[in-house]
Amino acid sequence: MLRVLFFARVREQLGCDSLELPWSTGHATVEALLSSLQQRGPNWQAALGQPNLVVAVNQQIADSAARLQAGDEVAFFPPVTGG
Amino acid sequence: MAAAILSAQVQEQTFDPGALQQVLVTADSGAVVTFTGHVRGGAGEAEVTCLELEYYPGMTERSLLEILEDAATRWPLLAAAVVHRVGRLAPGEPIVWVGVSAAHRGEAFAACDFIMDFLKTRAPFWKKEHGPAGASWVAARAGDDERAARWQSPADGAG
Repeated sequence: MLRVLFFARVREQLGCDSLELPWSTGHATVEALLSSLQQRGPNWQAALGQPNLVVAVNQQIADSAARLQAGDEVAFFPPVTGG
Repeated sequence: MAAAILSAQVQEQTFDPGALQQVLVTADSGAVVTFTGHVRGGAGEAEVTCLELEYYPGMTERSLLEILEDAATRWPLLAAAVVHRVGRLAPGEPIVWVGVSAAHRGEAFAACDFIMDFLKTRAPFWKKEHGPAGASWVAARAGDDERAARWQSPADGAG
């Protein structure tokens, strides 16, 4: 399984804060997972197609080429604005 | 020198900067520097009646601790701590506190500045402002990235 989390504006745009997906070769990288999620509808395509989207894998910032394994936690969110 | 004492806390409840500062004081802490950030109220169309803060439980705490560890490798610190609030906050309320102690003020000022710059650009928190016109997510500011970029080379930051 892959645990996928969404935060802040991305979470609101999707109306979804988390998903559990079976790991498959179609989800072998962040990029592949993103393409697969963007098939879910126009709001998924828009929210996950934003150029400034940030990705974390197992709670570490990652890039779209990062490889995914069963059990990974992947999060998508906008640039951070704390402090 | 002994490893610096580091502490990162994310919480809904408010905090007392004076009480937090006490944990930074040791027999060798010649310099204690702290920063407290408060919610701005704005005015007119930009009035903020409530600031809502979202975070990523687990990653946020880990990210804050990594920033403190990074600071402690760049400067000889005795202690460094951060407290960041989440949930709904009113204008004027304290939102973030960073405290650093060291033998001398130079490294304490620099480390405190560094921690705030990295916290604003690395730690997963997101602000949403509520006001008379509705609610909107706060956009990341290029100026914050530029401030954080000043620290790319440890030699630059420590100078």
